[in-house]
Amino acid sequence: MTQKLDDQIAYMPNEAALPRANGELVFEEPWEGRAFGVVVSMHQGDLYEWDEFRDRLIAEIADVEKTGADSSYYQQWLKSMESLVIDKGLITKEEIETRAELFASDDYDDHER
Amino acid sequence: MSDHHDDHHHSPSDPAIRAKAIESLLVEKGLISTDAVDKIVRHYEEDIGPMNGARVVARAWLDPEYKKRLLENGAEAVAELGFGDDHSAELVVVENTSDVHNVIVCTLCSCYPWSVLGLPPTWYKSAAYRSRVVKEPRTVLKEFNLDLDESVDVRVWDSLSELRYMVLPQRPDGTEHMSEEELVALVNRDSMIGVAKVGRG
Repeated sequence: MTQKLDDQIAYMPNEAALPRANGELVFEEPWEGRAFGVVVSMHQGDLYEWDEFRDRLIAEIADVEKTGADSSYYQQWLKSMESLVIDKGLITKEEIETRAELFASDDYDDHER
Repeated sequence: MSDHHDDHHHSPSDPAIRAKAIESLLVEKGLISTDAVDKIVRHYEEDIGPMNGARVVARAWLDPEYKKRLLENGAEAVAELGFGDDHSAELVVVENTSDVHNVIVCTLCSCYPWSVLGLPPTWYKSAAYRSRVVKEPRTVLKEFNLDLDESVDVRVWDSLSELRYMVLPQRPDGTEHMSEEELVALVNRDSMIGVAKVGRG
């Protein structure tokens, strides 16, 4: 974990600040922690510049604010993560849809990893 | 799309499903590893937070030699306990006494000793706190329900990216019998910023 990245996470601009309580990040559900971990992990792998993700997140949050949509911080994080991986050519939207359909289907065993 | 719609427990647009889909694809393509993601989540859940600072404070209260080292070179003393990877930043620990009360701020941005205190509270980063605590510290502290006697000297420490501060709060009376673990549990994050005192619990 580089100090520089930790700094960037700790000092996100207020409108995009990660939910926290008493100095610790707050994940309401496990998937939020995973989404956080995936974004940080991709950055550690130099797949994108931090600003590229951060700016998307800020735009997504501003958008939700304007439309008044019912969306949580990490849902906005997830949307930003999805658009980033697609725009970077890492995964296609079709691949995501197919995989999500698979995981959502009855035939899929939830206990598989 | 299928005949089993009413049996679906999840929808593909469910965030938990979507997050899992993206993660599994990235792992399959060798772009990230599950282990790395696990490590990151664990790091933020276990290693980062004010429990680190609380440990430093409790140790300083119990061990006068440690306290001496802490006040002389904060970063080194904190590293002794295994915390702090602010390689580029010096850490100065300032001690509260009955005559002196310290409070920290970063007027220029929001520098903060996060390796011992975790993520900065949003109010710490606000323009209001940053300008007002320097100009009218006692008033700001009163807003945090901290009413200090006029005889107490209030000192405000302005952090820079290379030099961060942490407050060593006063040990409350009536805690002489407490173990290190019990003391750690008493120390709250706000007391290490200087906007609160440590209570007896």
